Amino acid sequence: MKLSSEEIEILKILEENNKIPVETIASMVLSNEETVKKTIQKLEDEKIIISYPTLIDWTKVEGQENVVAMIDVKVTPKRGVGFDDVAERIYRFPEVSSLYLMSGAYDLSITVEGKSMNQIAAFVSEKLSTIENVISTTTHFMLKKYKHDGVVFDRGNDKDRRMVITP
Amino acid sequence: MTMNYSSYISESANQLKPSGIRKFFDLAAGMKDVISLGVGEPDFVTPWNVREATILSIEQGFTSYTANPGLLELREEISSYLLNIFGVSYKAENQILVTVGASQALDLSFRAILNQGDEVLIVEPAFVSYAPLVSIAGGKPVPISTSPENGFKVTPEQIEKAITDKTKAILLCSPNNPTGSSLIKKELMEIARIIEDHDLLVVSDEIYAELSYDEAFTSFASIEGMYERTILINGFSKGFAMTGWRLGFLAAPAELVQVMLKIHQYTIMCAPHMLQHGALEALRNTYREVENMRNSYRQRRNYMVQSLNKMGLDCHTPGGAFYVFPSIKATGLTSEEFAEELLIQEKVAVVPGNVFGECGEGYIRCSYAASMEQLQESMKRIQRFIKTKGVSVESTLEHQTL
Ligand SMILES: Cc1ncc(COP(=O)(O)O)c(C=O)c1O
Repeated sequence: MKLSSEEIEILKILEENNKIPVETIASMVLSNEETVKKTIQKLEDEKIIISYPTLIDWTKVEGQENVVAMIDVKVTPKRGVGFDDVAERIYRFPEVSSLYLMSGAYDLSITVEGKSMNQIAAFVSEKLSTIENVISTTTHFMLKKYKHDGVVFDRGNDKDRRMVITP
Repeated sequence: MTMNYSSYISESANQLKPSGIRKFFDLAAGMKDVISLGVGEPDFVTPWNVREATILSIEQGFTSYTANPGLLELREEISSYLLNIFGVSYKAENQILVTVGASQALDLSFRAILNQGDEVLIVEPAFVSYAPLVSIAGGKPVPISTSPENGFKVTPEQIEKAITDKTKAILLCSPNNPTGSSLIKKELMEIARIIEDHDLLVVSDEIYAELSYDEAFTSFASIEGMYERTILINGFSKGFAMTGWRLGFLAAPAELVQVMLKIHQYTIMCAPHMLQHGALEALRNTYREVENMRNSYRQRRNYMVQSLNKMGLDCHTPGGAFYVFPSIKATGLTSEEFAEELLIQEKVAVVPGNVFGECGEGYIRCSYAASMEQLQESMKRIQRFIKTKGVSVESTLEHQTL
């Protein structure tokens, strides 16, 4: 879909900060509130803006730490529907937070989130590997999240180093 | 034995005025949680590829001096940059000098061209270093005042009026610090006529060239008849977010560069070697980052101009740099009173306009090189502050349309 430069500008502003008031966006792109509201509505309707998720570092919240694993899955594609059918059977599990079809040594890349390693192990052995057409799985547990969706986690030393006033 | 140092200190050094910015720096430095709109440098950190290229050059042992005018490879890259982006042609071999910031390029320019008593026209409000640098070089700075009625742009008539038989050069800075005002090609052409008529040189500070938002930037050297008369100054500080690197450059007719090179080689030798490798990377591979930064500044400029005007502080729309220069006359305060009381009452730091020249009185400089969150918060605080000074109505003056 071809978007105007103003629409692209609005997308980029929202991508960076979706809490920014419509009025402020309007002044940043030299438009008015009404137009910006309409544009955002259109972008949502077109599923160009899909949702406004909040990126949370759960590891910082006691009792809420998640275990995350990335699983490489080899499957045999099905005649007629290729990988889509297997993919759908997998992504319907709520534990699966992302799923991609890949080129290379394996077919599907899955991210799974659970409360514990046991929970994920159970998912892999009981649910995933028993699905018809799944040939093999390789599970990698994530140890630390440094950057996710372009956002760096825990920027400890990221403060403004500039002096308060400079010429 | 107690020494009486004042009898040792040179008269010309003694006569330099301390920078007006210093006072506010000291005042703000002791305070916590200040939102600063007082910073004359990008809020971005230098793009990673530039930092990485520099680290690599240190690892590889590029720790020697370079040629006095800078690495030839870098001068060649600067030469193509000037040609491709600004359409001005300078030879890497003898027309380009890599300097320690645009600051050193300015210093070299004045030292190279000024005799005792030569006058240099400086369009004010102006960057705080110009007049002192002219004085240090033995010249006499002659201010020309501008105002928002002209968008803080100097007119040919004003220049003509300020010229005497001592006038040697004029300093132009567009986009401007502190007003953000940008001269368009037509205006530069009109100024060029006067310069030609009066046989002057031009020191053109184009450090904010990359940060032009409405009109394509025009380098003064590209104006007909001006190439021969222009010392073009630019650098990496602003557009590439590299202030701390202290790297800039100048380009000029070979005869002038030769003289500046002489001074440069005795005072500096060369700009730091490893950082020049970073600058090479900046010119080659930061096109996207520079554009992203420019877009981000433009959006913030739009927001600031509208917010300030809405709350009753008249603010012209600057064409470039990252400053807005609103009038605070409606509050009845002087620039210094405004800046000081705002800092104490609301913890927002701005720079009083009078430090940029007498005609800056009645204005403040707000840098929008800060995050949108900080800008929005600062606007709330400034609005609250000026309400206590009796300003709350929509401003009555016609605003320049965007
Ligand atoms: C107009 C102007 N010229 C020159 C400079 C100095 O730039 P540099 O960091 O390259 O020395 C500044 C920095 O604030 C500036 O605003």
